[in-house]
Amino acid sequence: MALTTLNIQQRIQEKFGESVSAVVDSYGLLEITAPRELNLKVLNFLYDDAALQFQFLTDLTGVHYPSQKGSELAVVYHLHSLKENVRIRFKIFAPIEQPEVYTATGLFSAANWMERETYDFFGILFVGHPNLKRILNVDEMDYFPLRKEFPLEDQTRIDKDDEMFGRGGTIK
Amino acid sequence: MSRPVSYNLIQKPLEKDISVAPLPDGHQGEGFFATSLDSVIGMARKNSIWPLPFATSCCGIEFMATMGSHYDLARFGSERVGFSPRQCDLLMVMGTIAKKMGPVVRQVYLQMAEPRWVIAVGACASSGGIFDTYSVLQGIDQVVPVDVYVPGCPPRPEAIIDGVLRIQDLVGKESLRRRNGEEYKALLNSYGIQ
Repeated sequence: MALTTLNIQQRIQEKFGESVSAVVDSYGLLEITAPRELNLKVLNFLYDDAALQFQFLTDLTGVHYPSQKGSELAVVYHLHSLKENVRIRFKIFAPIEQPEVYTATGLFSAANWMERETYDFFGILFVGHPNLKRILNVDEMDYFPLRKEFPLEDQTRIDKDDEMFGRGGTIK
Repeated sequence: MSRPVSYNLIQKPLEKDISVAPLPDGHQGEGFFATSLDSVIGMARKNSIWPLPFATSCCGIEFMATMGSHYDLARFGSERVGFSPRQCDLLMVMGTIAKKMGPVVRQVYLQMAEPRWVIAVGACASSGGIFDTYSVLQGIDQVVPVDVYVPGCPPRPEAIIDGVLRIQDLVGKESLRRRNGEEYKALLNSYGIQ
């Protein structure tokens, strides 16, 4: 029997009740949202459950939502059930003051570098990660460049006149 | 529809089988030629520059065309592209240099023996170009001294050849004492190079 969205929703409701939500959000992809303490429990359940078998971690990344007070940072896992060829998205949220979530490296080896990248760009601290340090940016970088409060442009530059580049300056 | 191709429209008669670099200024008589050591060494150096290509992106592709038979940088004595910095005279940085690549460019520069020259080819190597962002070095002159900048995004092979010719001018006219001078030491010191 093919695995349908309804099946997945039912299985999650049976296991976790109201604390974990599963709704079809955007692009027809089922989106599961859980409290951040439960992320490993949910991932383990999705991995081990005989009917689901989400055993392939396609992607892991972060998102910064500055307007969501108390849950500014999201960690997004894209999971793939190779047996059923079904994909889902799993999201957890963390406050920006204390961006700590449990690492998924124990479950997926692929999560190692992806979590380092997410730490590099969003500053999400993966508790239990074996080697949580910057992976793409220079080691001397002292901020997390994809958080929204940091402008994209290089701030160390002095030879560019902002007015000529259509940002800042006095000309509106 | 195929594009009409025509070449060698203007037939140029071959003037000499072998082209020779022009003589420097000096005094000539029967059986002797007297000139300054500077200009002889300058002439020899400028016509045998060994380039070290440091190509990271599209400007590197233009450089490949420059080295190819159509544009043929070999005409200017630079056909010997070296891939060891210790053998080369001219560091050609072509393409976007990310901040993480900056120390690599610097190390390659440090490994080159004096006298050495640097040419920044293209907008990215010269100024960061369109990549005004947290991860890209805003011009390689932040890590190594640069002699010639070639503008363009990417520059055409003609522009790269022109840049190499500007380097040849610098090399040919350089005083032999320049690399020992205080000014040059101050320049290197400003980059933290001893």
